[in-house]
Amino acid sequence: MLSQEIYDKYEPVIGLEIHAQLLTNSKMYSADANEYGSSPNTNVSPISLGHPGTLPVLNKKAVEYAVKMGIACECTITPYNEFARKNYFYADMPKGYQITQDTTPVCTGGFITIKNEEGKEKKVRLTRIHMEEDSGKSIHDQDPFNTLIDLNRAGVPLIEIVSEPDIQSAQQAYNYLQEVRKLVRYLGICDGNMEEGSLRCDANISIRLKGAKEFGQRVEVKNMNSINNVKKAIEHEFRRHVEILEKGERVAQDTRSFDAGKGTTFSMRAKEGAHDYRYFPEPDLQPLTITSEYIEEVRLNMPPLPNFLFKKYIREFGLSEYDSGVLTEEKGIALYFEELIEHTSNFKSAANWVMVNIKSYLNENAVHIEDFSVKPNVLAELIQLIDEGKISHSVAAQKVFPLLIQHPEKKAITIAEENNWIQVSDSGELEKFVEEAIAKFPDKVEIYKSGQVGLLGLFMGEVMKLSKGKADPKLASQLLKEKLS
Amino acid sequence: MYRSYSELKSNLSTNKTSVLQVVAHYVSQIEKNKHLNAFLEVFEDDALNRAREIDKKISQNKAGKLAGMVIGIKDNLCYKGHKVSASSKILEGFKSLYTATAVQRLLDEDAIIIGRLNCDEFAMGSSNENSAYGKVLNPINNKLVPGGSSGGSAAAVKAGLCMAALGSDTGGSIRQPASFCDIVGLKPSYGRISRYGLIAYASSFDQIGPLTNTIEDAALLLQVMAGKDEMDSTSSSKPTDDYLSFEKKKNKIAIFSSFINHSGIDHEVKNGINSILSKLEAQGHEVEAVDFPYLDYLVPTYYVLTTAEASSNLARYDGIHYGYRSENTVDMETAYKKSRTEGFGEEVKRRIMLGTFVLSSGYYDAYYSKAQKVRRLLKNTMDELFEKFDHIVIPTSPHTPFQIGQQVDDPIKMYLEDIFTVLANLSGNPAISLPVGKHSNGLPFGLQVISKNFCEREMLSFSKEIVDNFSHN
Repeated sequence: MLSQEIYDKYEPVIGLEIHAQLLTNSKMYSADANEYGSSPNTNVSPISLGHPGTLPVLNKKAVEYAVKMGIACECTITPYNEFARKNYFYADMPKGYQITQDTTPVCTGGFITIKNEEGKEKKVRLTRIHMEEDSGKSIHDQDPFNTLIDLNRAGVPLIEIVSEPDIQSAQQAYNYLQEVRKLVRYLGICDGNMEEGSLRCDANISIRLKGAKEFGQRVEVKNMNSINNVKKAIEHEFRRHVEILEKGERVAQDTRSFDAGKGTTFSMRAKEGAHDYRYFPEPDLQPLTITSEYIEEVRLNMPPLPNFLFKKYIREFGLSEYDSGVLTEEKGIALYFEELIEHTSNFKSAANWVMVNIKSYLNENAVHIEDFSVKPNVLAELIQLIDEGKISHSVAAQKVFPLLIQHPEKKAITIAEENNWIQVSDSGELEKFVEEAIAKFPDKVEIYKSGQVGLLGLFMGEVMKLSKGKADPKLASQLLKEKLS
Repeated sequence: MYRSYSELKSNLSTNKTSVLQVVAHYVSQIEKNKHLNAFLEVFEDDALNRAREIDKKISQNKAGKLAGMVIGIKDNLCYKGHKVSASSKILEGFKSLYTATAVQRLLDEDAIIIGRLNCDEFAMGSSNENSAYGKVLNPINNKLVPGGSSGGSAAAVKAGLCMAALGSDTGGSIRQPASFCDIVGLKPSYGRISRYGLIAYASSFDQIGPLTNTIEDAALLLQVMAGKDEMDSTSSSKPTDDYLSFEKKKNKIAIFSSFINHSGIDHEVKNGINSILSKLEAQGHEVEAVDFPYLDYLVPTYYVLTTAEASSNLARYDGIHYGYRSENTVDMETAYKKSRTEGFGEEVKRRIMLGTFVLSSGYYDAYYSKAQKVRRLLKNTMDELFEKFDHIVIPTSPHTPFQIGQQVDDPIKMYLEDIFTVLANLSGNPAISLPVGKHSNGLPFGLQVISKNFCEREMLSFSKEIVDNFSHN
């Protein structure tokens, strides 16, 4: 361990390569099911088994999803797309090559906006997004003598999102990954599940003295199956590189794997024997032309994106950055809120209901927002009842809301009426309760008038008791004040 | 027995024979001609069973267009439940899980698939001497090669072991054996027939096509097999034509002086082709000599590009998933190395090495990229030519069939066998070899017609005229 001062002399330069499995029904180049968790080697056909004479046929949905991601990141969409073969041998890759894109990735340029350590917006530029197929899985730990191969994953569509080396810390890498995951989930193109491997990340890391222009020796780190692990791996690599350089040694060119148990990395293979992948255009697929009409059509069918909503909530609804962040964190929540505000213009109250009441119900009961029973229009009516003074917020939150969850077919007003929870806001009726309450404590009236205004609570309590809790508190206290003055 | 399907068809419809009898006849012919080594396997039971079914269909008037046509398929075409090996040890014992689209279309019209035919390993060769299952003999003279790579297909049709055969043509593999065996060999435009189920040699060159005794049968088989297939993205969605409606017209014919005057060409072949051209001119066709300056680039360009694709296409034969696995493996690396070393033949390994080399970083631009540019130039040149001309006429091969063993030690010389045929694969144009030449040595040679892309109907019409006028059979 070196002193913090020494670490502080250096900064990391980080670029991430993210593989996202696309949520298509079938595989990239065949009709086989794209399904996680099926029995091994059941989602296969002669095509994904790489049998002699088989040919790939492009999955159009995968192209649409890749274009969606490109639009969301403001990339340039490539009009003329060629596919390429990347040639190498591996037991879980039955064709002996992977069909990918080389010289014409479907998207180039673009960026993803993240927050830096100071909470300021920062654009991480993208190099490219390209389409390719996944390999199968080699399972080394289930049979003592053999490696088992499951080809269900072979041919599953992927996009690879390659960033420029714009990421300057482990925390920024963490934020970037979170943004990417949020984005693919909003777009509905990937479930973003890093534990199951539907979102995978490789990190390219080098370090340099702060202010230096040149990059240091880069290493690649693989096998980090959570966002936290990516952060940990980068933190570890940064320290490792600093320690090597401070000893006067050189960082070796390397591909490393993250050991989650130890929080460290180890060398998988030295880069000297790097593969020559012998890329060449895939002769079995026709080049794909993406027209500007097609791009517009995809754009029109895009869901609202988190960044757009975040800004809208602040600018148009006057919500705080914090509230806007919570509301847009998860697509389902944001969509619920979006629908809710179509039925109410009390944005602040709507935001609170979603952030506090709904989210805590969902958390406590492990329910997903998509399965939440109370429809936004029903909740909007409840908010309106409060705004109109027909029920108090506490009655709404503590009594009506739980019943609504159980009886989503009922209206809020019906539940309030059935249980006799409508507030008395008729001033004539309220006046009777007020007068009765004052009459009950003549001595206290004198003390109140002498200046002990704190006694108002006593009278309010009595009004509530007499009205069985239904008195509109605002109106009641106003009346009490008038009568006592 | 029957030279063409129309003869058989009339006999079937008048009940002079049955499909069962026909199949039995061919089975016995195959048995009698085993020395030719044309068939790797006869699907006898299968064929007899189908024959019975089809006889029933004929009696019910429900039979398809090819009812009872007995067809052999090159051993690089998949047929569900049947072995397919591309004449390679590396696929020894492998059975296909599915049927190639072209074969399925034949089956759907009630053709009989009689067996699989020997060929050069992975369709790489020009003499059928590269098969892991032994060479094929030319039925015209058993000391000679039948040509390749569809040598078994050509030999079987010539010897009357089946009525027609399917072959594949990557650089002449249908046309050159057709020339050597004195039959018709048709390579359609690239994309006209689906490649789904054809074991790939070089994907952007490979085409399936028929080898037949007559133009009519070639046209009939093309009619059945041609057309878009959703399983092959490179198959063309251009509508097919009525290939059987032959139309006579006066054609504009280009001849390439550089081909005809090539130093390697046999004088009689040259004179034979020239004499036919003079007669065609006399019959009213226009014949014009055209300067085609790229002859020397054809074979090198072809071998750079096809071996590059082959090196990748053949990577799947790795000893892991199916087919041959060496017994001497200790780990994954040796499983690859030993299985592939032992499983592939010399010529296949030579081409894998060559293709791997031309794609390697540092050499890619000098070889692969440059060859792609030459190919583009050739395509453009052909497109321009066909704006002016209907057909190009050149020899199929520079000479008549050669002796078995004569060229096996000289791969370069063997590669030059393809000099007149690779052009149509580089450019994608349809081409056909017609059995109209006869040498004083008693051996045949073919005349090749190359036509405008997807103009198979015009090509077949012109071919029929040539065969009707000049056939010596």
